Amino acid sequence: MLTFENVTKNYGNDTAVDALDMTIESGEITVLIGPSGCGKTTTLRMINRLIEPSSGHIYIDGVDIGKTDPVEHRRNIGYVIQQIALFPHMTIAENIALVPTLKKWSEQKKDERVDELLHFVGMPPETFKQRYPHELSGGQQQRIGVIRALAADPDIILMDEPFSALDPITRIALQEELIEMNNTLGKTIVFVTHDIDEALKLAGRIAVMKDGKIVQLDTPENLLRNPAHGFVEEFIGKDRLLRRPELIQVRDIMIAEPVTISPKRTLTQALERMRERKVDSLMVVEKEGRFVGVLTAGDVLDHFGRSMVVSEVVRTNVNRVPEDSNVSEVLAIMSTENVGYVPVVSDENILRGLITRSSLINVLGHGVTNGGGEA
Amino acid sequence: MKLIQYVLNNYGLMGGLLLQHLQLTGIAILSAIAIGVPLGILITRYKSIAGPILAVSSVFQTIPSIAFFGVLIPFLGIGKKTAIIVLFLYALLPIVKNTYTGIKEVSPFLKDAGKGMGMTNMQILTMVELPQSLPVIMAGVRIATVINIGTTTIAAYIGAGGLGQLIFTGIQLYRNEMILAGAIPAALLAILIDRLFGCIEYKMTSKGLKGESI
Repeated sequence: MLTFENVTKNYGNDTAVDALDMTIESGEITVLIGPSGCGKTTTLRMINRLIEPSSGHIYIDGVDIGKTDPVEHRRNIGYVIQQIALFPHMTIAENIALVPTLKKWSEQKKDERVDELLHFVGMPPETFKQRYPHELSGGQQQRIGVIRALAADPDIILMDEPFSALDPITRIALQEELIEMNNTLGKTIVFVTHDIDEALKLAGRIAVMKDGKIVQLDTPENLLRNPAHGFVEEFIGKDRLLRRPELIQVRDIMIAEPVTISPKRTLTQALERMRERKVDSLMVVEKEGRFVGVLTAGDVLDHFGRSMVVSEVVRTNVNRVPEDSNVSEVLAIMSTENVGYVPVVSDENILRGLITRSSLINVLGHGVTNGGGEA
Repeated sequence: MKLIQYVLNNYGLMGGLLLQHLQLTGIAILSAIAIGVPLGILITRYKSIAGPILAVSSVFQTIPSIAFFGVLIPFLGIGKKTAIIVLFLYALLPIVKNTYTGIKEVSPFLKDAGKGMGMTNMQILTMVELPQSLPVIMAGVRIATVINIGTTTIAAYIGAGGLGQLIFTGIQLYRNEMILAGAIPAALLAILIDRLFGCIEYKMTSKGLKGESI
């Protein structure tokens, strides 16, 4: 666990990091994000003591890093930067084994580790070990950059916009590899980016920074659902939810008071109600709102003229979803079952609301901001 | 014909003068490397003294060699010692300047990566900066050496010996074959040494910096 305690960094009269308190959990990716000049890189570089705080303390598992030997400290923390910075005069093997070399590992141990790491990212050692960085593509170079940081098996890895300089396709590939890698390795990764999509994709938790302070530190889901502050909302962008329907819960966008009818009513009454409320289907509910099924205008017309009641015609084998399901599940039901409506029910089968195609289009067309279904 | 005759009769003398020439240049260049490279490194660390040091070195470079010898003779007399000091000062600028430039041009990101991974300042110098700037430093040494071989011929004027002795004596005696017997080996020496240093530079530079595939 990595803890910042009241950490401030001043440059003359400018404050880069302002009385920062933050706890970074072990074994997950924490993304520091914010506009340029928000202090995210300064914060990162204080962790491996490339920058010393003006005041305050940083602890790793309770140990004040200010009291460690900085060189030794850095050798125990992985470091990846945007410019990749493989040493051009060293072979790939020498680059990967850099920290092990500094730590004076035996040649054999280094060699084995290099092979293992190259296999890990799917680059055959016999092909790549003796090559030089300039012979590799940008994506391959940064893969080496990442495994170089892993070489001495540090618990913490710092990544400063490592994928920003790569083309979009390579960037996506490396992001996926990083997620997969950390599912296996469980390193504590502190990742700086200015790309909110990258943050949402990679992060276990995201720290949104502004003016040297953390505005919100939360999981991507919470950040999207409950942006703490006008700034966070603005920074994330209101259209982001549109791209991530799995993060929108049904309860936020459902029609809360759908038009209902009792199963004991007649079809004539049902038709009148549809006309009156300008809908083409009714939710059939018993007393206390217990959901029975759906009555559509088509069903009514098929049986019209006979004196029947709703309960004789109602469709009861209707797919329904709980309130905390998400929009992508609803979309899946709509497309596989080819229905235009999905009722939302509680655990006790009480009708809570209704999702229709048009209500979804409304939401996905405009995006939602906060819980409450403003469309 | 006269030249061949002269060489056949005097190869012993010529060989001795050639060795003397190499010795003068060699001592001057080796001391210039020994002092110039560390000085070049030093001024990358203390930027405020970089300007003055480079300015002083270029002043040495701009003084005509004959004048430089003339200035020092009243203090140091004539002979090898004075010659070597002048040659040394001449060699200093290209070496200091190229060391300084070479190291300054190493990408700050490489140094940052090195430091961030736990290199000491000395390791950043020996593992990152020097290997990276080696081609530039070696180019400085080459320039200094070639200039020095030329200037060493003039050192014969103040009694330091070397191939220049044949040239000056030849001029005084109006003997062209003697002039050529000094001038041609001096020119060949400069070319050969330049090539030799080129080879050394090539061998010492990492393949990764040469942009070649294996």
